[in-house]
Amino acid sequence: MEALKPDAGSVRGKNVAKIRDEILYQPILKTGKGFYMVFAFLSLVVLFAAFAYFQQFHKGLGVTGLNSPIFWGIYITNFVFFIGVSHAGTLISAILRISKAEWRRSITRSAEVITVLVLFFGLGNILIDLGRIDRLLIVIAHGRFQSPLLWDVVSLTTYLTASSIYLYLPLIPDIALLRDRMPGGFRKGLYEVLALGWAGTEKQIHYLEKGIGIMAVTCLPIAVSVHTVVSYVFSMTIQPMWHSTIFGPYFVAGAIYSGIAGIIVAMAVLRKVYHLEDYFRAVHFNGSSGSCILLT
Amino acid sequence: MIRWGMVIDLDKCTACQACVVACQIENNIPPPSPEEAAISRSIGWMRMVENIEGEYPHIKAHIMPVPCMQCENPPCVKVCPVGATNKSKEGIVDQVYGRCIGCRYCVNACPYTVKSMNWYKPAWPKEMMNSLNPDVTVRPKGVVEKCLFCSHRIQKAKDRAKAEKREMTPDDYIPACAETCPSKAISFGDLNDKDSTVSKLARSPRAFRLLEELGTEPNVYYLREGA
Repeated sequence: MEALKPDAGSVRGKNVAKIRDEILYQPILKTGKGFYMVFAFLSLVVLFAAFAYFQQFHKGLGVTGLNSPIFWGIYITNFVFFIGVSHAGTLISAILRISKAEWRRSITRSAEVITVLVLFFGLGNILIDLGRIDRLLIVIAHGRFQSPLLWDVVSLTTYLTASSIYLYLPLIPDIALLRDRMPGGFRKGLYEVLALGWAGTEKQIHYLEKGIGIMAVTCLPIAVSVHTVVSYVFSMTIQPMWHSTIFGPYFVAGAIYSGIAGIIVAMAVLRKVYHLEDYFRAVHFNGSSGSCILLT
Repeated sequence: MIRWGMVIDLDKCTACQACVVACQIENNIPPPSPEEAAISRSIGWMRMVENIEGEYPHIKAHIMPVPCMQCENPPCVKVCPVGATNKSKEGIVDQVYGRCIGCRYCVNACPYTVKSMNWYKPAWPKEMMNSLNPDVTVRPKGVVEKCLFCSHRIQKAKDRAKAEKREMTPDDYIPACAETCPSKAISFGDLNDKDSTVSKLARSPRAFRLLEELGTEPNVYYLREGA
């Protein structure tokens, strides 16, 4: 499927493109020493975080250093930040897809993955911020729709669902490529299930393109609404400095801004680590930085 | 229908803080450790708010006791995602400890900062453990609590009136702070009854309410000093 493959470059021949694409499979087929080192380091960080959370769960929120009147601290800041970064993906890739910007092809995937992962970080921060995590289900059983926090719950779960589908749909042909390449084993089976019997026929491509188009158009208003709603959590109270009409647009603009910055960092890392200089080219960095400047 | 209200006469108030102590004892509020108090974590349903003008010795101090305002239009009730804080028919803003998920949204929304969070499990010195008030729940860690105008006393007054086969009157019930006040600065009663003391005082030209411009319609009135 042409639209979903990385930019092949019209000047070079088809064979060159095929050899060049080979590099894209390397990170999945081979695992280097660097991966295990980063994995070990991050596992340590996760273990430490789990220990810290257990401390908080056991002793109470007092261990955080919050007090009165600073009832919300780094957790809620983190939540707003990660929800902001999550805007990168779906919003940027949907805008670029709808505006048919051809240079987008190599960056949309990383953008969409950032969205889905980072949304989980944001939601996680809300969960560890609760004083009584054991009563979480009360929000569903006895939720009050007058509260902006419940608007948040609704819009975030919608956004998470929509952006996960939007990530998965364009992945199907690529999963099929991996399925064909895998020699066997557990991952072959996994890819076979996930590829949903993709064979690349004309009919399948037609339906997939249609599905992606619908999801792109759906994601745009959801993405804008999510961050507006996050800002409502603050601006709907009567606290000085929070009670402000500019919060909605301010949060959305800030979110897109930090989101694009997030993509640029991710692109730079992927480019260096996996030697993808042919895929993340100057045009992508120029385009993303241009969008950042546009928003300042 | 009764609408409970409180009037605090700042001319009569000597800032002796007897109301604060009475509230702490009545409502099982744990005394904070000095370290916790230093980072403003202490829980107090009745607090003394001070405003000191000038330099010593030419000093003028305004000190006022601040309980929960029991707003007619409470900002904390509006934002609660689970309905753990709500408005009773008699005008008291309730807090349901068993429902609260500890998100601290109401605490942020309250313009008077009269709601408190239980950062830790409450603890008392060993000697005090046997003198807790059995009528009031000891709050677990991780929930928000606030002044309820000693609403457990309403329930007791209703039960007593029922045993005596009569209707409860506003005179049957008084919160601990108003009961304790040695200079009788705090009066308490039914604001809907035009002849009650509180309702007469609330209509006096000296009466004002805190942050009235926010439209929260507090049921706690103050009488201006030196007017």
